[in-house]
Amino acid sequence: MEPWQRAEIPGPVKAVLITKPEVVSALIKRARRPLFVVGTGTLEGRGEKLPLDHVIRIARAGGIPVVATAQTAVELRKRGFQPAARMAMVEICSRLTDPRWSLQGDGQPHDLVLMMGLGPYYMEWLMGSGLKSFAPHLRTISLNRFYQPHCSWSFPNLSEEEWYKNLERIAEELER
Amino acid sequence: MGSKLRVKADELQLPWLKAKGLELTLGRVVREWEEEPGPTPMPDIASLREWDKKLLRRYQPFYLPFCDLCCLCTFGKCDLSKGKRGACGIDMKGQLSRLVLLSCTIGASTHCGHARHMLEELIEKYGRDHPLDVGGESVYLEAPVIRLVTGIKPRTLGDLEDVLDYCETEIVHLLSCVHTGQEGDNLDFESKVFHAGMIDHVAMEVADIAQISAYGFPKADPEAHLVELGMGVVDRSKPVILVIGHNVPPAIGVADYLARMGLEDQVEVCGICCTAIDLTRYSRKAKIVGPLSFQLRFVRSGVADVIMVDEQCIRTDILQEAQKVNAVLITTHYKNLQGLPDRTKDPADQIVRDLVEGKLPGVAILDSEKAGEVAVRVAMEIAPRRRKMGIIPTEEKVMEEARRCTACFSCVRACPNTLPIPKALAEAAGGNLKPLSELYEPCVGCGRCEQEGICPAGIKPHTLIVGAHRLETAEEKFKMRAGRGAIQDVEIRRVGQPIVMGEIPGVVAFVGCSNFPGSWKEVARMAEEFARRKYIITTTGCSAMAIGMYRDENGQSLYETYPGVFDAGGLVNCGSCVSNPHIADAAIKIASIFAKRRLRANYEEIADYIHNRVGAVGVAWGAYSQKASSIASGFWRLGVPVIVGPHGSKYRRALLGRKEDPEAWKVIDARTGKEAYVGPVPEHLFFMAETVEEAMVAIPKLCMRASDTTKGRSIKLNHYIDLHRRLFGELPDDLHLFVRTVADIPVTMKDEVLAFLKEKGWKEFENPSPDPTLIPRLVRVKEGG
Ligand code: SF4
Ligand code: SF4
Ligand code: SF4
Repeated sequence: MEPWQRAEIPGPVKAVLITKPEVVSALIKRARRPLFVVGTGTLEGRGEKLPLDHVIRIARAGGIPVVATAQTAVELRKRGFQPAARMAMVEICSRLTDPRWSLQGDGQPHDLVLMMGLGPYYMEWLMGSGLKSFAPHLRTISLNRFYQPHCSWSFPNLSEEEWYKNLERIAEELER
Repeated sequence: MGSKLRVKADELQLPWLKAKGLELTLGRVVREWEEEPGPTPMPDIASLREWDKKLLRRYQPFYLPFCDLCCLCTFGKCDLSKGKRGACGIDMKGQLSRLVLLSCTIGASTHCGHARHMLEELIEKYGRDHPLDVGGESVYLEAPVIRLVTGIKPRTLGDLEDVLDYCETEIVHLLSCVHTGQEGDNLDFESKVFHAGMIDHVAMEVADIAQISAYGFPKADPEAHLVELGMGVVDRSKPVILVIGHNVPPAIGVADYLARMGLEDQVEVCGICCTAIDLTRYSRKAKIVGPLSFQLRFVRSGVADVIMVDEQCIRTDILQEAQKVNAVLITTHYKNLQGLPDRTKDPADQIVRDLVEGKLPGVAILDSEKAGEVAVRVAMEIAPRRRKMGIIPTEEKVMEEARRCTACFSCVRACPNTLPIPKALAEAAGGNLKPLSELYEPCVGCGRCEQEGICPAGIKPHTLIVGAHRLETAEEKFKMRAGRGAIQDVEIRRVGQPIVMGEIPGVVAFVGCSNFPGSWKEVARMAEEFARRKYIITTTGCSAMAIGMYRDENGQSLYETYPGVFDAGGLVNCGSCVSNPHIADAAIKIASIFAKRRLRANYEEIADYIHNRVGAVGVAWGAYSQKASSIASGFWRLGVPVIVGPHGSKYRRALLGRKEDPEAWKVIDARTGKEAYVGPVPEHLFFMAETVEEAMVAIPKLCMRASDTTKGRSIKLNHYIDLHRRLFGELPDDLHLFVRTVADIPVTMKDEVLAFLKEKGWKEFENPSPDPTLIPRLVRVKEGG
């Protein structure tokens, strides 16, 4: 799988491709303490629904707390969804490398982090690589439309339609 | 401390000696000055390590490996991901801090090389004894960084040679640390990064005070003249010379020749990047085209007949680009010869003839005066023939080309800003050029979308964007205040107290390059927001241009609306990249002039003062270069935080505080020697913002300092809360960490904030206004007393 942006050549350790969205739902269900980190990239979309709407549905269905970066929280609240925290991308990701840190502050670290729309593609790429190297206790899933090789799992590059379909499938599985 | 004694004689004849070109250098001649030296004159790499470690305990590096591999030596490639070490034993943190050091050393050496080159040329022309003067009576304390770091008080151009000797030695050592099998500890690498930044500021200061003094640039003048700026200001009816780069003497060679020959009104001289800024500090006739992202679009417009380049941030394919439009290229520095023949020693007439007859596409002339003369004469001769031949397509041609796009997205994937090119082309194909034209602002002009093999249909997206924008380009006419250089001592006396107490809520420095994630106007909007809020705005380089290329609601450039004074609500353009130290200088001068701290060779104490008391923050929204990283690093060592835009995350590491950790935010109260918790001020040292909104909320927050009075803190909190509410829709959830006593709360927000604090279980700080320091030796009480 090629990364979305040309010249962002990854490896040797690369994300496993999510070919079946059910895998993501299963990973979420199995996680002890998942977290969803969501950025302004989720505010861009063409159809009636924004990627952010899918975030809300998945987070609700999986009972996953959401950390919103930059002004993403504003849009979440407009949709009646209260994020667990607002932090900058580097603030949340640097804390996630600390094996004693959690949003709940009880010393029990997160074990699974879902990411979507963390700024421009390359910024999320860098956050993924930071976590890959410095948060060995964490597994990371990119739910972006484009392949994010530094996460543990990622979609391949998808059309908007396929992407939304996958996100819906994940939510449906969690809602069951 | 002082200068070496140099004796130079072109021809010496004594009864016992006959010599030609004799130059003698005798050791160092100590030239003392009134201030006693502090503990660290000319610090070596390890001298300030303790201070660095203090900062690095507060602000821990968060590394972002751009790549999992190292390929720096033949043991490699080595995979360093997920805890692995390379064949030399280095781990990923070590490797990334090593790369940051490499970047900062490249930056420091570039400025130092620039300064050396410039100084040699100025000494040649004006002599070693030419006095330094950056502001006459109004700047008694000139060269603060040099004094602070080296202990030297330079008085003449010649004195600056010693300063550069020191910088060059340090840079050699720093670069050697990057060699395989040297440093292994990431924090020690980071300390060296700070050292590189500090040295960089010294070298930049040398370059700028030398050129201000010798060339007579504006001297700390808040009313420096206004300069014409924008693609539309260049008079196409005249022969045009375009200068690009950073090291201004060759461009000054052009201006001098024009003045000497009385041709100033017949030939247009304009520039891109810092050479343009520095040229307009010298000549009122010169104009600025725009920041470095304007190179391709302006060269391809064909307006320039002669392109003269010096050094740094020049497109390395400039020769090919010049040839596309039949413009002549003159390179003027050995750092950048472009494969052209070196004609320095040939007579000007012969060089002009060869260029005019088209025998050569360009030449290297490593003599500023000769280069200036040749540029002018060639431009005048070829302009009528060239007729401004450009390669920017007409609107019709743009539409025609756009129809061939198959929407394969290859160009989007090549574009650093992922611009929606195919969508805009589809509109253009149907006759609507607006969406394509709108890409002009967020396009950084890199040309990646046009590279070989990107577009299967052979479309040139960048060229079409510029074509679609053609009519508006002619209207790009703005004003920018010429770089004023230093900040006056009297300005510091006026603002020192309100800054340290927090009543002027902060100094915001918009600096750095034009690798913006969106339109350059975002920088202007940020500057406008904080100028309105009565912060002091300082700026340099491409950011200073970006601030100018914008009109406010009155249709004026911000330089016309806001005064150039270093005071609340002022917009101060210091100048080019090498003028950045004047911003650091202002902070240093607050410590020295207002607080009367010893300046000379007293780095740690001054940095401690600035870190705890001077609410300054740098914003390098489009930082791209290695120089930008070393400039930032010079601010870090002074404890001044820097915010970068999204592309800045590619510098591969942030320096972040953990606001919830009370231990990290303790200072020593110098009055009592006891520890005091002051809250996370400033919270980060190097921070990447995802959006302008995030940066705008971070700015007031990072301006808070431990020394704020309650009045000052309430003013700063007012801005922080107000912006947070406006942009993020609610009160900041970390407010309790910044409110030390009830008196800190802005009056108009009292009830709301108190309710929030109650919910958080907030308690007043035990010692809300200590005399803050991180250095135990600065405690003033004697033991037992
Ligand atoms: S410098 Fe070290 S990590 Fe890099 S290639 Fe050589 S052995 Fe490998
Ligand atoms: S030239 Fe402009 S449009 Fe083309 S890749 Fe660069 S930024 Fe994108
Ligand atoms: S690469 Fe060419 S064909 Fe493909 S989307 Fe871009 S302009 Fe269109």
